[in-house]
Amino acid sequence: MSGIPHDHYEPKTGIEKWVESRLPIIGLIYGTIMIPTPRNLNWMWIWGIVLAFCLGLQIVTGIVLVMHYTPHVDLAFASVEHIMRDVNGGHMLRYLHANGASLFFVAVYLHIFRGLFYGSYKAPREITWIIGMLIYLCMMGTAFMGYVLPWGQMSFWGATVITGLFGAIPWIGPDLQTWLLGGPAVGNATLNRFFSLHYLLPFVIAGLVIVHIWAFHSTGNNNPSGVPVRTTDKEVVKKDTLPFWPYFVIKDLFALAVVLVVFFAIVGFMPNYLGHPDNYIEANPLATPAHIVPEWYFLPFYAILRCFTADVWVVQFASWISFGIIDAKFFGVLAMFGAIIVMALVPWLDTSSVRSGRYRPMFKGFFYVFCLDFVVLTWAGAMPAEGIYPIIALIGSTYWFAYFLVILPLLGIFETPLPQVATVEEDFNDHYGKAKASKTGPKPVPTPAE
Amino acid sequence: MLRKLTLAALLAGAAALPGHAAEGTAHIHDVDFSFEGPFGTYDKMQLQRGLQVYTEVCAACHGLKFVPLRTLADPGGPELPEDQVRAYAGQFEIFDEELDDFRPRLETDHFPESSMENAPDLSLMTKARAGFHGPLGTGLNQLFNGIGGPEYMVNILTSYTGEEKEQAGTLFYGNTAFPGGWIAMPPPLSDDLVEYADGHDADAHHLAEDVTAFLMWTAEPKMMARKEAGFTAVIFLVMLSVLLYLTNKRLWAPYKAAARKAKAAADTPAE
Repeated sequence: MSGIPHDHYEPKTGIEKWVESRLPIIGLIYGTIMIPTPRNLNWMWIWGIVLAFCLGLQIVTGIVLVMHYTPHVDLAFASVEHIMRDVNGGHMLRYLHANGASLFFVAVYLHIFRGLFYGSYKAPREITWIIGMLIYLCMMGTAFMGYVLPWGQMSFWGATVITGLFGAIPWIGPDLQTWLLGGPAVGNATLNRFFSLHYLLPFVIAGLVIVHIWAFHSTGNNNPSGVPVRTTDKEVVKKDTLPFWPYFVIKDLFALAVVLVVFFAIVGFMPNYLGHPDNYIEANPLATPAHIVPEWYFLPFYAILRCFTADVWVVQFASWISFGIIDAKFFGVLAMFGAIIVMALVPWLDTSSVRSGRYRPMFKGFFYVFCLDFVVLTWAGAMPAEGIYPIIALIGSTYWFAYFLVILPLLGIFETPLPQVATVEEDFNDHYGKAKASKTGPKPVPTPAE
Repeated sequence: MLRKLTLAALLAGAAALPGHAAEGTAHIHDVDFSFEGPFGTYDKMQLQRGLQVYTEVCAACHGLKFVPLRTLADPGGPELPEDQVRAYAGQFEIFDEELDDFRPRLETDHFPESSMENAPDLSLMTKARAGFHGPLGTGLNQLFNGIGGPEYMVNILTSYTGEEKEQAGTLFYGNTAFPGGWIAMPPPLSDDLVEYADGHDADAHHLAEDVTAFLMWTAEPKMMARKEAGFTAVIFLVMLSVLLYLTNKRLWAPYKAAARKAKAAADTPAE
C-alpha cells in the first residue's frame, strides 16, 4: 500500500499461507499498521486517532439510540425523553452521542488547522486533502440532520432556516427546497428523510475515511519539517521513520486517553453546556425562538452567511452585474459554501514551494491571524445580527477569503523562506538534542559553518 | 511548543463558545442548590417537599407529562416508598381506551398533563431556560455558574412586583425576572401556603427553592448516576493516561537517547 520501501508481510504458518494466497487481507492489515511513519511527528498529529474514535463512538451509540427512537413529529420528542428516563443507560448514551458530535468537530478543526499550518495539503497529498474536505462536508450534513431528530425548538427552526438557504437559489430554489423537505414546510416527511440520511451518512464517512487513509499511506505522512522521508532504500527509510505499531499507536492512545478525560468530565458533569436550552422545548411551528442559533461548530460559517447584507457594496455590485439575480440572501449562501470551497482548493491556491509553515516567517503571522479569525467568526456567529456584530463578522469573512485567495497565492512570490532541515532524521535529532542542551545548562555557542 | 499550545488553546476556545445569545436583560440572582457542581447531589427531603409544593400548587394548572410516576421511588430521586407512590398515583385519573372509561392512575402511568392550555409542561422546564449569559457571548458565566435554569425558575417565582395590568383581556403580573417584565401567571406562592410535615420553613422563598429542586429532578432524573459514571470514567482514564504515558516514554527512550547522541556527535566535530 505504501510507496515507502519497507518490510512486507511474509506468511509463515500453513494457515497464514492458505489465507494469504486466497485473500491477502493479513498482509493488507500488516502493511497498514506497520507503515513507516516519520519519527518527528509532534502532538498535533494525534487528532486522526481521536477522529477515528469519534466516528466509532457515534456509530455505536447511534445504533443503540435508534433502537429506542421514534421518527415521527408527534412522538420523537417523547421518545428522546423515554431514552433519557426509561432506557437502561440511555441518558449516558444520548449525552455521549450529543457531546461526541462536539468532540468530533473540535478534533476535525484541529486536524484541518494542523494540515493548513504544516502544508499537509501540498503535492503529493492533494487527494488526501480533497477526500478530507468531503469527509468534513459529510460530517456537517450528518451533524445538522442529527440535531433535527430530537424535534426540539432549535431542531425545527434550525432546519427551517438552513433548508431555507436552498430556497434562495434563483429559479430552482423554491422547488428544490420543497423537494428537500418533502413538503411545503419542515414536517414529518422532513424528519423521516433526515433520520434516514443521518443513519446513512456515517457509513459514507467511514468509506471516505478508508480512502483518506489509503491516500496518505500511498504518499506517506507529512511531518512537522515538511521534508519528505528519504526513500532510496529500506535502511535509509529506517533512519527517518519508525513503524506505526507500536510507536505511534501507543503515543496516539496516550493522547486519546487525555482527550477523553476532558470529554467524560463534560459528559458526566456538564452535558448540556454545549447545547441550547430551547431544544428542551418541543418543536412548535407557531412559536419562533427569539434567537435561532446553530450548534457551535457551524457558527463561523453562519457568521459568513449572515454578514453579507444588502448594504454591503460587494453584494450591491454582485446584484447589479447579475441584473438582480444574486440578491443578498443568495450572496450569503454563495459566500458560506464558497468559504469551504476555497479551503478545499488550497493545494492550488498556495504557491509556496516550502511545505511546512515552520520555515515560512511571513506565512506564520498570517496563519495565526487566520486562527484568530476562526475564533472571532465563531463568536460573531453566536451574537445577534445587530449593532457592531455584523461588521465584525464582515471583517472576519473578508479575511477568510483574503487569506485563501490573496495572501496564500502572493506569499509564495514575496516570501523568503528560512533554511530547512535536510532530513527528517536531522529534525528528530535536533529536537531532542536541543531539549537536552537547554535543560542541562547554557546553550552551546553556535559555531559558524565556515 | 508554546506557540502550538496557544494555537490549540485558541481553537479549543472556539469550542467553548456555546451558542447562547442573551435573551432579555432581566437580572437573575444565583441560588446555592445542593445539586450543583461535580459533587452535588439531590437532597431527598427537599425533593419530597418540592413534590408536595408541586402537587398542592403547580399541578392545578401545569403538568409533568414526560415523568413516569414510578420514578418517584427510584434511587437518586425523592425515593418515596412504593406503597406511597401507588397511593399518590391513584389520586389522578386517566382515560383508559381499553376500558373506554376513566380509571385511577397506576405507578406505571405518567404524571397528568397540563390542564390549562397556556400553562407549559414543567417536566423539562429547568433545562429549557437559561438564567446566566455572557459575558459578551463567551459562555464563561455558564461554565462557572451553570446554565442557570433552576435559578431562573426560583427568580420567576419570587420576583413579583405586585403590579398588575390588563392587555387585550388578559391580566399580566409585574415580574422583574421575566423577559419583558410582565408574566401571565399569577403569583403562585406565598408564605406558609403549604404546610410541611417535617416542620421545615415554608416561607415563599423556601417553597420556590424546594419546588425548583423537585423540577430539576424531573428534568434530570439520572443526574446522580451520570455524575457517578463521570467520576468512574475520569478516574480510570487518568490511570490509563498515566500507564500509557509511561509505556510511551519507555518505548521511545532508546530513540530519543540515540537522537541526543547523534546531535552531540554532529555538533562536536564542527568545533
